[in-house]
Amino acid sequence: MEMKIKKFEELSKIVPILTYQRLADENTIIVSVDKLSFALKCLKLHFGYQYHMLSCISGVDFLGKNYRFSVVYDLLSLTFNTRLRVKVFVNEVTSIPSCVDTFINANWWEREVWDLYGIYFDKHPDLRRILTDYGFEGHPMRKDFPLSGYVEFRYDEAKKRVIGEPIELAQEFRSFSYEMPW
Amino acid sequence: MILKKKELSRELKNFTINFGPQHPAAHGVLRLILELDGEVVTRADPHIGLLHRGTEKLIENKTYIQALPYFDRLDYVSMMAQEHTYSLAVEKIANIKIPRRAQVIRVLFAEITRILNHLLAVGCHAMDVGAMTPFMWAFEEREKLMEFYERVSGARMHAAYVRPGGVSLDLPLGFLDDLYLFCNQFNIRLDEIEEMLTGNRIWKERLVDIGIVNSKKAIDWGFSGVMLRGSGLPWDLRKTQPYEIYTELDFSIPVGNSGDCYDRYLIRIEEMRQSLNIIEQAIKLVEEGPIKSTNYKLNPPSRSEMKVSMEAVIHHFKMYTEGVILPFGETYTATEAPKGEFGVYLVSNNTEKPYRCKIKAPGFGHLQALNEMSKGHMIADVVTIIGTQDIVFGEVDR
Repeated sequence: MEMKIKKFEELSKIVPILTYQRLADENTIIVSVDKLSFALKCLKLHFGYQYHMLSCISGVDFLGKNYRFSVVYDLLSLTFNTRLRVKVFVNEVTSIPSCVDTFINANWWEREVWDLYGIYFDKHPDLRRILTDYGFEGHPMRKDFPLSGYVEFRYDEAKKRVIGEPIELAQEFRSFSYEMPW
Repeated sequence: MILKKKELSRELKNFTINFGPQHPAAHGVLRLILELDGEVVTRADPHIGLLHRGTEKLIENKTYIQALPYFDRLDYVSMMAQEHTYSLAVEKIANIKIPRRAQVIRVLFAEITRILNHLLAVGCHAMDVGAMTPFMWAFEEREKLMEFYERVSGARMHAAYVRPGGVSLDLPLGFLDDLYLFCNQFNIRLDEIEEMLTGNRIWKERLVDIGIVNSKKAIDWGFSGVMLRGSGLPWDLRKTQPYEIYTELDFSIPVGNSGDCYDRYLIRIEEMRQSLNIIEQAIKLVEEGPIKSTNYKLNPPSRSEMKVSMEAVIHHFKMYTEGVILPFGETYTATEAPKGEFGVYLVSNNTEKPYRCKIKAPGFGHLQALNEMSKGHMIADVVTIIGTQDIVFGEVDR
């Protein structure tokens, strides 16, 4: 697929880029957290790029790294038919400026990242949990959150309602590693 | 007695009601908090996540092959379209090309899936709005299409047929003949559904000028698929960022004029006709050849080969014990699923499991615009708007 992306050097004159990557035909730029709002606004409003559409925002947890989380913004320009990934790296305590004022549909995507990873978005208008249950604790997509979770639910006949209890597994959850044994 | 206007007006508080999660028109488990001013919606707050199964987390704990069937279960009315996206993502990281026969078969099933989805979308939409009959007709046709699914994969719905590196099994004998016969009669079924709905006064009263989205709003909200085309933007990933053999096929993209629910209904009908057209073209393009790539790091060798080649046995064993190892890489691969742009953001780290597999579901993006689309409409129109967005909770909640 022929992408009409301009040179990164040209892009870096307009947008404050830390580094960039090119994998196959996909372009990624990495920006610092404090420049993120500006970078996204630039990419959206600059006449030469026009990334008007935000496809999705995803979080990735690199447990054990200095900057533990990366938040990835997938942008799409309908005018030039190009895609661009914008990445920021943060640790557990830094928050990210919300980009709802630039892309209104970032609202739910940021809520999802907050819910699943616990990355806080500054100035988000309505940062509630979105996918997990009411009253859920923890951020389940973090790599240190166990796959089986902490709480299990059942209907209690005596209390006549659904109750949550600490999980009890008859057999420990086993994660098989298939690393080369020979 | 003359009532003074002043005495009549009282302080009225808006009425808040809870819609769903167990409501037949909510297309699954959507809980809506609706704030009503009389019968007019002033605010709609969708609460999602009631069908959240942690698919992304589960995928991180499965091998690349084991992760595939989860994609069937996301949007459970357009199963193969999602397998297709995932397979393309894996192939992109693994950097392999698949044989032509596999590509054509994938396109065949992508379009069958599109018809499957749109039949349900139009049928259920009609039923939500009050027309029961088209739903029955649509489901009869869906059953025939699911038989095609069954014939190639053994499963009516969750087929796990499109796999990284090709498709899992070859087409059975006589399959294409039957598909051709289906295509011939399906146009008439579509005409019948259209006859029932397109000119129907009640149907038009419920749909025309409801949930209008202009093209700027559609882009701002990140719409894709029919929702975007309904607002007049000719954007279809099959044309704009083509994959498989779509460049060779001749089809057109219907776009809407006014961006209302009626336009989107018309587009769905026209897309089904276009899909039929594509299927008929693709049937002619099916040629002899392998259906999987011969890269044994990604695809198992054939049974007959395993009987004679030690290396094939080793590949087979490694494939089904250890799994497929993908090198470091990441990709955002998107295809035109029936509901819109379905994307997979896959991060691999040189192991047999995906490090991260983010699923970009079109419905998630559409549903968050529900507040804006339904504001100022009657409460009954909310049902129309949910129907036109073609929401399926498997993909919204993941």
